Amino acid sequence: MSHALTLITFIPLLAMFVVLALPDAMKPAFKWIAVAATIPQLAIALYLYEHFDTTTTAVQFAEKASWMPSYNIHYFMGIDGISISMVILTAIIMFFSVFASFGINRAEKGYYAMLLLLDTGMMGVFVSLDFFLFYIFWEVMLLPMYFLIGIWGGPRREYAAIKFFLYTLLGSVLILLAMLGLYYYGATPTFDITELAANSSHYSIGFQRVVWIALFIGFAIKIPAFPFHTWLPDAHVEAPTAISVILAGVLLKMGTYGILRVNFAVLPAATMQLAWLFLGVIGTINIVYGAMVAMAQTDYKKMIAYSSISHMGYVMLGLAAFTTAGINGAVLQMFNHGTITAMLFILVGVIYDRAHHREINGFGGLAQQMPIYTAITGFAFFAGMGLPGMSAFISEVLVLIGSWQPHPWMTVFGAATAVLTAGYLLWTFQRIYLGPLNEKYNTLPDLTFREGFTLVPLAVLVLILGVYPQAILSLLNTSLVHLNQVVLSTSGAAVAMMH
Amino acid sequence: MDLGNIASLTHFYPELIMVTGVLVIVILDLALTDKQYLGDLALITAAGSLMAIGLEAPHAGAWLFHRMLVFDSFAIYFRALIALAAVIGVWMSIGSEEVKTCDQGEYYAILLASAFAMFLMAESANLLMAYLALEFVSLTSYILTGFLRHNRRSLEAALKYLIYGGVASGTMIYGMSWIFGITGSLDFTVINRALSAPGHLPVLAVFIALVLILTGMGYKVASVPFHMWAPDVYTGAPIPITTFLAIGSKAAGFALLTRFFFPAISTLTAGGSWTALAGVDWPQLLLFICIITMTLGNLAALQQTNMKRLLAYSSIAQAGYALMGFVVLSNDGIRAMLFYLFAYYLMDAGAFLVVMIVANSTGREDIDAYRGLAWRGGIVPAIALTIFLFSLTGIPLTIGFIGKFYLFAAVIRGQFYVLAIVGILNSVVSLYYYLRPIRTMFFDQPQGDEGVVKFEPWNYGLMGVLACAIIALGLYWQPIIAFADRSLNFFVGPA
Repeated sequence: MSHALTLITFIPLLAMFVVLALPDAMKPAFKWIAVAATIPQLAIALYLYEHFDTTTTAVQFAEKASWMPSYNIHYFMGIDGISISMVILTAIIMFFSVFASFGINRAEKGYYAMLLLLDTGMMGVFVSLDFFLFYIFWEVMLLPMYFLIGIWGGPRREYAAIKFFLYTLLGSVLILLAMLGLYYYGATPTFDITELAANSSHYSIGFQRVVWIALFIGFAIKIPAFPFHTWLPDAHVEAPTAISVILAGVLLKMGTYGILRVNFAVLPAATMQLAWLFLGVIGTINIVYGAMVAMAQTDYKKMIAYSSISHMGYVMLGLAAFTTAGINGAVLQMFNHGTITAMLFILVGVIYDRAHHREINGFGGLAQQMPIYTAITGFAFFAGMGLPGMSAFISEVLVLIGSWQPHPWMTVFGAATAVLTAGYLLWTFQRIYLGPLNEKYNTLPDLTFREGFTLVPLAVLVLILGVYPQAILSLLNTSLVHLNQVVLSTSGAAVAMMH
Repeated sequence: MDLGNIASLTHFYPELIMVTGVLVIVILDLALTDKQYLGDLALITAAGSLMAIGLEAPHAGAWLFHRMLVFDSFAIYFRALIALAAVIGVWMSIGSEEVKTCDQGEYYAILLASAFAMFLMAESANLLMAYLALEFVSLTSYILTGFLRHNRRSLEAALKYLIYGGVASGTMIYGMSWIFGITGSLDFTVINRALSAPGHLPVLAVFIALVLILTGMGYKVASVPFHMWAPDVYTGAPIPITTFLAIGSKAAGFALLTRFFFPAISTLTAGGSWTALAGVDWPQLLLFICIITMTLGNLAALQQTNMKRLLAYSSIAQAGYALMGFVVLSNDGIRAMLFYLFAYYLMDAGAFLVVMIVANSTGREDIDAYRGLAWRGGIVPAIALTIFLFSLTGIPLTIGFIGKFYLFAAVIRGQFYVLAIVGILNSVVSLYYYLRPIRTMFFDQPQGDEGVVKFEPWNYGLMGVLACAIIALGLYWQPIIAFADRSLNFFVGPA
C-alpha cells in the first residue's frame, strides 16, 4: 500500500460526500456508512502498526507531491515514532465514537457528514509533515467541531461552541504567524517540517524563543494548558457523548503532538530553555489544579473534563524532563489517556441517556440496578487512578520516574496528586453507584449490547497495555530517544550562541 | 509609447463595449415598451467587456489619449475585477425584487456607466483624469444608491453619500493643486521625476498634499476615518448596488490608491521593495490608518443586527486587511493585496447575494430573519452563506484563507510584527460576528414568523458558482496568484 496515509485520511471524506449525496429518506443508512468508513481506517491503522519499522527515525510511508511550487508547499505525508501511536489512537477512537453516536436522532445527515469531516481533519493533522498542510487540517477540524457542539449539543451549546471556536482560532492564527516566521527566516524558505528540523540551528535563539512561545500558546489552547483551559469544561458538558469522546480522546492530544512535532523538532534550543517553565511548571499546575477542581464538581461530565486537564498535565511534565523515560511516558500517556477518557465519557453518556441529567449527587446505589455498568465504570475509574495493571499506571510512572531527576519538586506534586485523583474518583463512585438505590431510578436498564461493544474493547486495550506496554512503547522509542537527543544536544550550542 | 486619440482606441475595447452598451440601453429604453430584456442586454455588455479584457494580448504598456490614461498589466487586473463586479452587479439586479420596481433603462445604463468610470479610475495616469474619473464614479454611485425613490432609507443614504463625497473630493482636488504647485505637473511620471530629483524637497508641503489626496482615495476604499458613509449607503442602497459598490468601487479605489502611492510618488528598488520619498512619512500614516480601519470595522460590526450593515462594517475591516499589503511597501505586499481583493470579491459578493435571496423571500434583512434558515428549506443558501462568511474570516479550504496567508506572509517578511499581531487578533474578533448569522441559521430553531425561502434558479446559480469557486480556489489558487504576479507591472514610460 503505497498510499496508505492518503487513504486513511481521505476515506472518511469520501464517505462524507456519499452521506451528503444520499437523499434524506435513506436516513438509517447514514450511520452504517460512517461505520463503513471507519473500518478500513482501522484496518489501515493495523497495517501501519504491522509494517512500521521500529528501528529507524526516518519518515515512513511517505508520500510527497508538489502542491504550490511558487511557495514551496508540498502535499507531504509520512509518519514516524512521534505520530504512529496517534494515528492508531485516532482510528480506534473514531470507530467507537461512531457507535456511540447511534443515539443521535436529529439531522443525522449533517451529523455524520460533520463527524466524517472531523475524522479527516484529525487524521490529517497526525500524518502531514508539511507545515502548511498540517495547518490546513488543523483548522479544518475546527469547523465540524463547532457545528457538532452547536447543533447537537446541550442547552448552553451555542455559548460552548463559540467559546471553543474563538479560543482555538486564536491559537491557530498564532501558529500561522509562527509558521510564516519559520518559513521566511529559515535556511531555505520551506514548509517541510523535516527540513525545518534539519536546519534548526539556523534560527537565532532570540527568534526561536519568540516563535516557540507563539507556537506553544497555539498548541497549549488545545491541550488545554492552564490558563487556557476554560473552554474545555464548557465544550465537554454541552457536546453530545461521541463528540466528548473525540474531544478528549484525540483532539487534546493534538496540542502535545504539535509541541513534539514542531516545538521540539524545529526549535530544540528554545525548547531546552523554555520547557521547564512552560511545560514543567504549567504541566504541574494542570495536574494539581485540574484534580482539585475536578473534586469540586457536581456535574459528572464536568468532573471527567477536569480530570482530563489533570491527566494531560502528566504529558506536559514528561515532555519537560528530557529523559528517555519522561518522553516515552508522555507519549504513552497521550495514548492511554485517549482510551481511558473515551471510556469515561461513554460511561457518562450511558447514564445521561437514561436519567437525562448528570448531577453526581442526584443518583445513588446504581450498582444494584445496573451491575454490569457499575463494574465497567469501576474498571475505568481504577484505570483513571492509574492502578497497577492498568495502562495509565505504566505511563504515569514513566513520566514521574523520568522527571524525578530534573524536576524533583514538580514530580512530588505530580505524584501526590494521585491521592487527589483517587479521592475524587472514589468519592464520585460512592455517590453514584454505592449506597441505597435512589427509587427514582429503579427502572433503569443495564448496558445495551451496543454500549458494551464500545466499552469492552477499550477496557481490554487498557488491560493489555497495562501488562504489555511494549506494544506501543516499541513504536515510539527510537524516534523519541532521537528527538530527545536533538534537544539535549543544543544545550551546549545554545550557551555558545548566547555569548 | 505615447498613443494619440485614435491609436489609443485599439487598447480601449472593454471601455468601448461598456459605453456602447450604455447608449444602446438608453435608446432601446425609449423605443421599447417591454423593458424586461434591458437587464439581459446589460449582462451581455458587462460579460462582453470582461471577455474583451480576457482576450487582451500581453503588452509592454502604453499611454493612451496623450498620457491621460495608462494601459499596463496592472490596469488589466483591475479592469478584470471591475468588469467582474459589473457582471455580478447586473446578474444580481436581474434577480432582485427591489430592482424590479425601478426604471430598468436608467438603472442599467447608469450601472454600466459607473463601471466605465471605474475603468477610467483604474487607468488614470494623470491627477486631473483621476479626479474626473473619481467624480464620475461618485455621481453615478449617488444616483444608484438613491434609486429606490420611495424608500426613505435609500434617499437618506444617497444624500449622505453625496455630502461626504463632495467634501472628500473637494479636499482631494485641493491636495492635487498642492502637488501641482510643488511639481508643476499633474502627470504621474513627471510628478515622480520632480519629487525624486536631487535637491530640496518641501517635505511638509508634500506631506500635507498627500494627506489631502488620501482623503479622496480613502473615501473610495472606505478606510477609517473616511468610512462614515459606508454603513448607511450599504444599508440604504438596493442590495445589488450595495454589492457593486462594495466590490467594484472599492477595487477602483485601491487601483487609484496603489497607482498614485507607488509608481507616482515612490521608487521601486531591487528585491521588489519600494522606497517612499525621503522624509515624507506617509507609510507610517497609512500603517496607522490600516490598523484602525480593520479594528474599528470589526468592533463596530460586533454590534450590528442588520445583515447589510454587518457586512458593511465587515467590508470596512476587509479593506483594512487589504491595506496590510499596501503598507509593507513591497511587491509581495501589492501582490497579496491584489489577490486578496479578488478573494474579497467572491466572498463579499456571495454574502450579499445570500442576503438578497433571503430578502427576496422574506422582505427582511435583519439577522432574526435567518433564524433556523437551515431547518426551513433554506439549507442550500445557509451552507453557501457559511462558506462565504468562513472565507471572510479566513478559515482554510477557502480562498479567503489563502488571501490572508499571502497578506500575513508579506507582513512577516517585511518584519511588521505589530501589524501581524493586530491583524490576527482582528481575525479572531471578526470570527465572533461572522459566526452570528451562522449560529442563527443552524443552531436556532425557526419560530414560524420568518417565512420560507423560495428557490430561485437565477440567484442560486450565481451563488453556487461563487461558493464552488471559493472552495476550488482555496485548494488550487495558482492561476489567480500567477495573474496577480503578472499584474505587478506599472508602466511609467522610458526612464
